[in-house]
Amino acid sequence: MTECLTKTSKKVLTKGNYAIANAAVLAGCECYFGYPITPQSEIGEFMSGKMQELKRAYVSAESELAAINMVLGACSTGAKAMTSSSSCAVALMQEALSYAAADELPVVLVSVMRAGPGLGNIYPSQGDYNQATIGGGDGDYKLIVLAPATVQECVDLTYKAFYLAQKYKNPTVLLADGLLGQMMEPVEFKEYPYPEVDNSDWALTGAKGRPGRIIRSYAPLADNQCEFLKKLHAKYKLIEENETEWEEINTEDADIILVSFGSPARNAKSAMKECRKLGIKVGLLRPITLFPFPSKRISELADTAKKFISVEINMGQMIRDIKLAVNGKVPVELINRPVGNPPSVEEIVERIKKESEE
Amino acid sequence: MTTLTQTFKVPESIKKGSKFSFCPGCDHGVAVRLVAEVLDELNLRENTIAVASIGCSVTLYDFLEVDSLEAPHGRALAEATGIKRARPDKFVFTYQGDGDFASIGMAESMHCALRGENVTAICINNTTYGMTGGQLGPTTLLGQVTTTSPTGRNVEYYGYPVKIAEHVALCDGTAYSARVSLDTVPNIKKAKAAIKKACEIQLKGLGFSFVEILSTCPTNWRMSPQQAHNRVREEMMPVFKPGVYKDITEKEL
Repeated sequence: MTECLTKTSKKVLTKGNYAIANAAVLAGCECYFGYPITPQSEIGEFMSGKMQELKRAYVSAESELAAINMVLGACSTGAKAMTSSSSCAVALMQEALSYAAADELPVVLVSVMRAGPGLGNIYPSQGDYNQATIGGGDGDYKLIVLAPATVQECVDLTYKAFYLAQKYKNPTVLLADGLLGQMMEPVEFKEYPYPEVDNSDWALTGAKGRPGRIIRSYAPLADNQCEFLKKLHAKYKLIEENETEWEEINTEDADIILVSFGSPARNAKSAMKECRKLGIKVGLLRPITLFPFPSKRISELADTAKKFISVEINMGQMIRDIKLAVNGKVPVELINRPVGNPPSVEEIVERIKKESEE
Repeated sequence: MTTLTQTFKVPESIKKGSKFSFCPGCDHGVAVRLVAEVLDELNLRENTIAVASIGCSVTLYDFLEVDSLEAPHGRALAEATGIKRARPDKFVFTYQGDGDFASIGMAESMHCALRGENVTAICINNTTYGMTGGQLGPTTLLGQVTTTSPTGRNVEYYGYPVKIAEHVALCDGTAYSARVSLDTVPNIKKAKAAIKKACEIQLKGLGFSFVEILSTCPTNWRMSPQQAHNRVREEMMPVFKPGVYKDITEKEL
């Protein structure tokens, strides 16, 4: 497997998990730390061979707690470092993600969602939309969250995850799901398209000819903490202004706008096309960044559309952010599967027909 | 008139003008100073990345003039692993309490030793959680009264205290494991020698090196500094016996 995946201008057929791993290598990831969990174990398997071959760092960590903290350690030196995991194991990483946000470390986490709560099962799910965008760690922090919908996007957004993490010194999550992780599609591994970010003003390198640097979150005085949080949130605002990304099709005249991210967005797109053939004015808005969420654009579209429908593989999590953006202007409905394959095209079309008659 | 020269100086590795915030009689101050002296003597200050852990030990970064990272509670040796793997040419050490190292962080600590990561860990054992007000910890002695063992540690409710240096010594990846005490001047000198040895082992790339330092917590023990040091000697040292439990360089001698 490691043989065929090199930088190439030709398309190769590969699984989402391998695509992510290979893209991370091409993005210059210097350190991978991980612990196995289905449905993302191929990432660690690929990395174990490739990183040793390239003389980069690899550790089979004793737990997800250890793995993510190793990433924090490596990132503190300015190295590009990552881990990958899934749902109930990403739950174990929440503490470290909060620290990484507070320490402003460019941590990259690949989260390939399976079904929860608890051990759940290994079927695809989007049940960790809230885990990624709201988070389970302590305090007022935000992670940058990128959501691929194709295996090609698994590559492109892995590149982007490393870049945004470095650019904003902020932990960044690539939020895929088990379907994308296991799905094979033709992909192209282009050159890492982003500039390298200078970290010489903050990275821990040994205090040669300068005072010691401290990467810390502990702020014993309330005033310090207030200042720090204001600064952190000014950064989040900047990220919202600069980095909000989404795909939008047929929304100008749409009566109904489907909002969907990740693998179900593929079926939502097909359903939209079917509905257009039937003369129903349906559009699609696919958030690519989940934080920052395209709230502003959804709010604008709520002035012209009559209804929004969120299409998700969970019990309805992103719908909350859509409702906040729509702010009561028009109704927001849900088409969901709690777990497993996304709602089918037929299912979505039937529901749209029903909704459009109301 | 005789000219007097001051020979006792503040180590270069201690931040200029910093004042220790530890309680009177607490051995943390002595331990931090010993670490600073060793960093000076081995000329390591400008090539060091320290990992501070949660508890009173976190304030290390306020006193040492080195690059430092603060680890979440118990995760210091996972973070140290990440640093060392990313930058093997740096000198990497953790400074942790017994609760951090041997309770919440036991998995991270032991696996770091088992892997034989080429880092150094300094662990302050004061038989209690000091920063939170003196609760029972992994090294609290049998019979010891704490705020969460009001009638003394008994086996029925609390189990046994952990002998850290002995456990670390059992790991194949450990190159050096020692326990020292700071109760007397000769023991302070031995402690410094052990810290230096542990650092030298990392510089030689031999594997995991570890020093457990028996330490006082007069505030939470409700003792004067003198009484606290007597307790280290009379109650702790018979259970946590000072000594070198593993030193793979001994064979070379």
